[in-house]
Amino acid sequence: MTRETKSREPLVHISRRGAMPWWRAWLVRAGAIALALAVCALLCILVTGTNPLDIGRTVFEASFKTSRKFWVMLHSVAILLCISLAVTPAFRMRFWNVGGEGQALMGCLASAACMILLRDSLPNWAIIVCMVLASCLAGAIWGFLPAFFKANWNTNETLFTLMMNYIATQLVAFFCVVWENPRGSGQIGIINQRAPYTQLGWLPVVGGNKYLLNVIIVGVLCVLMFLYLSFSKHGFELSVVGESENTAHYLGIKVKRVIIRTMVLSGALCGLTGLLLTGGNDHTLTTTLVGGRGFTAVMVSWLAKFNPLWMILASFLLVFLERGAGDISTNFGLNASFSDILTGIILFFIIGSEFFITYRVSFRRHGGHRKEAIAK
Amino acid sequence: MNFAAFLAELVSFIPRAVVQGIPLLYGSTGETLTEKSGNLNLGIPGVMYVGGISGVVGAFLYDQAVRGRATVDGVLDPQLYDRLLNPFLSIAIPMLSCLLGALLMGLIYCFLTVSLRANQNVTGLALTTFGVGVGNFLGGSLIKLSGSDVPSIALTKISIFFHQPLPFAANLGWFGSLFLSYGFMAYLAVAIALLVSYFLRRTRAGLHLRSVGENPATADAAGINVARYKYAATCVGSMIAGLGGLYYVMDYASGVWSNNAFGDRGWLAIALVIFTIWRPSVGVGASFLFGGLYILHMYIPTGTMLAVKELYKMAPYVVTLIVLILSSLRNKRENQPPQHLGLPYFREER
Repeated sequence: MTRETKSREPLVHISRRGAMPWWRAWLVRAGAIALALAVCALLCILVTGTNPLDIGRTVFEASFKTSRKFWVMLHSVAILLCISLAVTPAFRMRFWNVGGEGQALMGCLASAACMILLRDSLPNWAIIVCMVLASCLAGAIWGFLPAFFKANWNTNETLFTLMMNYIATQLVAFFCVVWENPRGSGQIGIINQRAPYTQLGWLPVVGGNKYLLNVIIVGVLCVLMFLYLSFSKHGFELSVVGESENTAHYLGIKVKRVIIRTMVLSGALCGLTGLLLTGGNDHTLTTTLVGGRGFTAVMVSWLAKFNPLWMILASFLLVFLERGAGDISTNFGLNASFSDILTGIILFFIIGSEFFITYRVSFRRHGGHRKEAIAK
Repeated sequence: MNFAAFLAELVSFIPRAVVQGIPLLYGSTGETLTEKSGNLNLGIPGVMYVGGISGVVGAFLYDQAVRGRATVDGVLDPQLYDRLLNPFLSIAIPMLSCLLGALLMGLIYCFLTVSLRANQNVTGLALTTFGVGVGNFLGGSLIKLSGSDVPSIALTKISIFFHQPLPFAANLGWFGSLFLSYGFMAYLAVAIALLVSYFLRRTRAGLHLRSVGENPATADAAGINVARYKYAATCVGSMIAGLGGLYYVMDYASGVWSNNAFGDRGWLAIALVIFTIWRPSVGVGASFLFGGLYILHMYIPTGTMLAVKELYKMAPYVVTLIVLILSSLRNKRENQPPQHLGLPYFREER
């Protein structure tokens, strides 16, 4: 006690918490989201000058007003979820794959290439099989390269995957000009739209709804990924590598092989997302087809604590808010970038809230003694 | 092509490469300073957008104020407007608002990653989304306010003060156009890069900063305030990077802001940090090289294959990737990224 009276205790003391019960953790996150929404609402009111109820209704209607809007929303969630699922195994391994964008774009490129180059020589089913294989392969190569150098020479993977994004973008730009249609436009347009190639290489429409197939595929992938990460030997190995490479060595895990294997899987799944985009829904190829989802997926995966089931909720939340913010901008005559600002604010709050889940903050009591110190 | 024509081409190419390189130089100098403290700020593209648009907002407000004073009986008197435009204020107001905007972005990043120990990659990406959004939103709103029919804001008169070349440049032929034909912010960029380089390698505070980036636990044990160094380096780094955005709008683009025009230069600045293996002094030459690579596709004759141009645009990224790989292959200790780059520091954790 005498020592304590001499040294001044800092105003704020931060210590690590033990595990917080999951419902309290989610309460903290919900609180952060509520706070973020309040700030966003305030910002909307300041900028648009309308009442919060109108804004709330606009946000809600953006996703749920018509069945078409609902399905478009569901499809966006599925695509974002798919890339998030793809990057997650790498993140569990603490391999910062920020190259989901490029890997998915390579998948788009590969499927578009199959649709264009094979349409004269192969039947529809064979084209689709080739598209699946090619898009996975293209994504896998884009994932393999950074993993290979990381595993062997510890090359920084964040910077490596970041560069690969732009190389992929320029490759796509190159092929957009090569395959341009009509000539001189510099764009590809809808691939195989007209006879004699009508809808060759387009994924089949299931249940009369063109979004349904993609949603089902991603749903199945989500469950599979959950099982893979939680119950398979591979999932265990990559978690150990992420926690501590030394421990992995002691356990007899071949670290290099795990890193490369996981990133090939991660890239291949990103490539598959590209297939869902180009073959399943958009039937085109542009440099902005993935539209930054590769980066948003990093946040989705992290928000969900790398758990595939929570990722459904996280990606729904982000898509819901983004569409809402988009509609606010159009309905109230604002610039479309307004939604980026709102997304940014919401992310800041959620990112910040994690601190209060992991750490305990205690303030200095009067007289400089903490409660525990007195109790002793 | 004969030799003289080639030289003439080169003399016209190099200044263009340099003006392309200057925003990258600002960005990479700022990011190097930041990364030396162990913070991998992937929000730099957003910071540069915010720096640019804050400068534009400052310039726009000043422009409107001067216009208000120069308007007699509802008619703008152009000569009075020109006389009322104060050169000092025309530079100081955009610059200060740019620094302020970039500082705020740096503070957001620091608060989340240093004080709240959030994941740096996620925070950086969110900051980029936010910053690009702020830039385009404010830009779009100003375009609406100014009521112009083209989708851009032109602050041509104010920008003249930014890109005034040195007075005797025109009389010195090729020497003038190679070295003296730039606005003052180009020279400022080089000066800042050299200064940061000197700071990092030759001063005590620079040594402390590097030790924070390499191993914060050791630095902490040596009595260095880790959080303070991280905050200071990241915020100053952001401000330097923000100036890159300002240079781009006010000098390179002659005061014309159009949305998304800044493009992917922010990511290129991050690439440049790797390319220079964390040395701002190397960045001076390297940024001009990158600027050259960025516009190379306009100079290389491609004949009928226009598509090849797109492949040339890949060059800066491919070159960066090769440098990244080579520096990790050679594994020389002085060429490595700061050891604690991208990791949060919490004292009570081993």
